[in-house]
Parts: sequence; C-alpha cells; structure tokens
Amino acid sequence: MANLKTVSKKSKAQSMGMHTEVLTGRTQQKFFNPDEAENFYYFGTYDVDFNKRTDLDVKDMTAPEANKEIDNLMSQGYGTIVIKNPQGKHSLGVGILNKLNLIFEGSLGYFGMGSCDGPIVRINGRVGWSCAENLMAGKVVIEKNAGSCFGAAIRGGDLICKGSVGARTGIDMKGGTIIIGGDAGAFTGFMMQRGRIIILGDVGINLGDSMYDGTIFVGGEIGSYGSDAVDAELTKSDQDWLKRKLKVAEIGENFDVSKMKKIVAGKKLWNYDNLEPTEKKGAI
Amino acid sequence: MCGIAGLIHRGKSSNVGSELQGMLQALKHRGEDSTGYALYGDTDGKNFIMRFKVGENVGEGSSSVMEDVSVYDERKKIVDQTLAEMGAKVVKEERTLPYSLRYELDYNVKDLLEFSQRIESIPGVEILSMGKSLEVIKDLGNAKMVCDRYSLDKVVGTHAIGHARMATESGVDIKSAHPFWGYPFSDVSVVHNGQLTNYWNNRRVLENKGMRFMSECDSELIAVYIAEKMRDGATLEEGMKASLTGLDGVFTYFVATKDSLGMAKDTMAAKPLVLYESDDLVAMGSEEIAIRSVLPQEIDTYDPFDGEVKVWQI
Repeated sequence: MANLKTVSKKSKAQSMGMHTEVLTGRTQQKFFNPDEAENFYYFGTYDVDFNKRTDLDVKDMTAPEANKEIDNLMSQGYGTIVIKNPQGKHSLGVGILNKLNLIFEGSLGYFGMGSCDGPIVRINGRVGWSCAENLMAGKVVIEKNAGSCFGAAIRGGDLICKGSVGARTGIDMKGGTIIIGGDAGAFTGFMMQRGRIIILGDVGINLGDSMYDGTIFVGGEIGSYGSDAVDAELTKSDQDWLKRKLKVAEIGENFDVSKMKKIVAGKKLWNYDNLEPTEKKGAI
Repeated sequence: MCGIAGLIHRGKSSNVGSELQGMLQALKHRGEDSTGYALYGDTDGKNFIMRFKVGENVGEGSSSVMEDVSVYDERKKIVDQTLAEMGAKVVKEERTLPYSLRYELDYNVKDLLEFSQRIESIPGVEILSMGKSLEVIKDLGNAKMVCDRYSLDKVVGTHAIGHARMATESGVDIKSAHPFWGYPFSDVSVVHNGQLTNYWNNRRVLENKGMRFMSECDSELIAVYIAEKMRDGATLEEGMKASLTGLDGVFTYFVATKDSLGMAKDTMAAKPLVLYESDDLVAMGSEEIAIRSVLPQEIDTYDPFDGEVKVWQI
C-alpha cells in the first residue's frame, strides 16, 4: 500500500515523466520502476532485427494461421514483415508485444492490430471496426479509411488514419494519440479518459460525450457536442504540439492549426471522492 | 448479429445470384439460421412473378410445426382456384420444394393489395414476393445451402440484396427470415441488421391503417413502414429518411425496388456497413469480406456515417 501524497521525494518513474498521478488515500497501484527494467519480462516477445525482412502471403490462410506465421517469423528474428493479400480478413496482427516493422499491402477487417505493444505498422488499405483496440505503444498508420470504434480503449502509441473514420473513435481511450486526416463519425471520444484525438476534417454528433478527461482537437465542423464536452482555449503550446505531431505523422503538415477547436471535459459529471476504487469495493 | 449484403450493377446485368451467394456465404459466421435472397432478374417485364410458400421448412433447427405434404398440396389447389377466380393465368409453374412455389402470372392489375389479401386469406399461405423483376427466396441454412437448394447461382440480373440471419427476436422459420417483401408494392424488398425497439407501437399504428404483418420479426416493420410512406406518396428516399426518426433502435438496412437500391443507417451508427462505390458497381455488406468475395482486388471502401441514407439507380 502506498500513499503517494505523503511521498516527499518523487520516484524515478515520476521524475522521468512516466506518470504524474498524485493519488490520495490508500492504493494498491504499483508503478513501473526503471531500475528494475532488466527484470521485466513480457511473455511471447522476441528480439528482432529490422534489417531482416520477409514477405508473407496470407491469401489462403485463416487469421489464426496468419498470426501464428507472423509469430513464427518474429521468433526467427525477422524485424520487417510485409503481409500480402490480407483481403479484409479479421483479427490480423493481433497481440504483437515487441518492436516490429509490419506492413500490410491491402485492407484489414475487424479487430486488426488489437492488443499490441510496440510494433510500427503501416496498412496500405482500409481497416474495419475496432482497429488497434487496446494499443499500448507503437504506431499504426492507415492509408485509407477506417471503420467504427477506431482505437477503442488505447492506452498509448500513435494511431493515424489518413482517410475518414466511423463512429465512436477513441471510445474509452486511456492514453496515446489518434490522428484522423478526414472526417469522423458520431460519438467521437465517447467516455475517453485520457489521451488526445486530432481530427482535421468534420466530426459528427455528440463529440466527446461523457468524456472524463483528455483533449480533442477538431479542424472542421462539429455536428454537436456531447454531454459535458466543452470548448477550451487553444494555447501556443497546443499549437506547437499539434504542428509537431502532424509533421511526424506525415499528415496535414501544412494544416493551419491555429484555427482548430479544442474540446475538453467540463467535469460537471465528475462525482469522485477520496476513496480509491479498491476501497469502494470493500465498502460495498 | 446478422449479416446483410447487396450489390447493384449500373448499366449492365451480371450473375447476381452467384455474386450474392458469395457475399452472404462470407458472412455466414454472423448467422446461418436462415438465409434469404432478393434477386432482381432480367425479365421481359410482361408477367408477374409470385414466389409463395404453402408451408414451412420443418428441418433441423426449425421452430415450425410439422405438417404432412398433402396439406401443402391442398393449399396449392386452393391458391390455383383463387387465381383462376381473379382472372390470373398461370403461365409457368415451378415447385422447387413441397412448400415453396414460383408462379409466373399473366395478370393485369396495378393494385396488388386486394390480390395479396385474397391469396393470403388461405391459411398457411404467404406471398414471399410479387413483382415483375423481384424474386425473394428464403429458407433455413446458410447461403450456399439455400443457393444450391433453389439453383440461384445462374440468376442473371441487375441488383440483389440478401441476409444471413441469426434468429434472436423471433423463431427459426421462413416467415421470420429476411428479405421482406414491401407488401403490397410490386418489386420492393428489405433486409435489416439490428433491433427495433418501438416495433409494437409502430405495428399497432400501421395495422390500424390497414397494413399487413406476417411475422413477429421486428425487421418486417421496416418494409411495412416504408411501404406505408410510399402508399401516401413519398419516394423511396423520403420514406427511408423518415424512418431515421420514425424507427427507434439500432439498424442498418437495405431497400431495393425494380430499378434502385438504397441503404440507411441509424443515428448512432451502431450497426456496421462497409460500402464500395464505382461508376458501374455498388457493393455493400456488414463486413468487408463480403465485398471481397466479388472484388478480390485492392479497392477503396468506406463506412457510411450515422443517419446516412443513400439510393442508387441501375
């Protein structure tokens, strides 16, 4: 149990800016300690070489077979894998927990690149619903359009769609950045808890509905605001960050970020107290 | 969960039976309790084509009551007799299965309401479709099973919509299967993925206005709702736009007429749809893999947004 409010000296992780939370009351939360990084082990990960490259044609494979083969190639040290003929198959490239250059020459179906932590992915096509759900770290770039629930519940990483996306983009996201080059559908940022969403085009109704925290930047028209989503001032540092992010994302580099709207949580729906969730459970 | 698929060729005909079979079979994991096809075939446009059933498929998984084939024969006889009384001449007759029939009718009438009411007043008889181009074929099983059973893979036409059903709101039977005919309008059909929550309220209102429901499947409401709007003078697109607020729940649905195909998505965009559009072909389905079965090459597709209605002409 730790009561961080009483900790006078910042932990190393805090000093490094890895988290900034100051929790009150008792908590069972344990933060990552960089000094113990060498003891940190991720099951099912591989040390791959980016210069070792191969192609994989998945035309006649099922999704489990294709994913198993990707895993097999990573175990052999391949760090750059080009997937041919994905043809809209569901659940391709899921659960990759190490660095990897993954290129899809075609489109993915639902749940593509779900639960990943680390890979850099380029999809030269479209993706279906729930692309990169639960992404922890890494970068996923989609050259065309994306379906609904794009980047649902991501915790980190960059998720970039150069085309338009469907409804509920960034639903329940807890970190990371989502960048949309085109338009976004209804309920974008629904119940988001942290992280940032950038939409260069228009966005549908109920933007940021019931968002707890985080920030949404919109370049085009907004259909309507969701419950508790409010405008905020676009600061100089916001603009600098947007410019840098768009440049790195290879998208909207010349976009006039000074005209973007910034939307945050009004926090009127907040009803927090000093109890931590684990203690609330105990009280019940 | 159900799967829907549709396609329309603009300016030409194609083997829509085989194409739709491929699209629906790709969606079979979304439900294979029953599968239905609404095919708009190339015809000379002179005769009506009536697809009707005189009983249910009582195979494995069916929620229907077993009946003897002789009962079907008796119902068919009464249908033949009623047609003769109304001056409808049967030009061609096909009985693919004991309970499923296809008639080509030489019958000159514009209002199909009275015609349909008389035929369906025969107990156990339901018209699945009536039109000069439309044929609705639906039965238990996945797309390939239904296609093989009815030899649909050779049907040539301009457009088609279909449905792979996972039964949730009503029984596993043909009467609850999609597509639904837009009774009593010639050549109108509907398929739906989703759930309508104001079904009973709307049904009561529409029944009081003289509209007919054959099943307790909530999706049938869409066909009846739009048919009622069209009866009052609305265009297909106007009827579909009205449905966005008139129908409550989550839905993506397709409507097809003799020369058009439309889609509508609810205002929460809760049900999936992927769309491909080019100058000569529009193909859409609940998942991209449905479209890939007819267009395996790399193509540009997109998800229509919430509250979107689109209609294409052949």
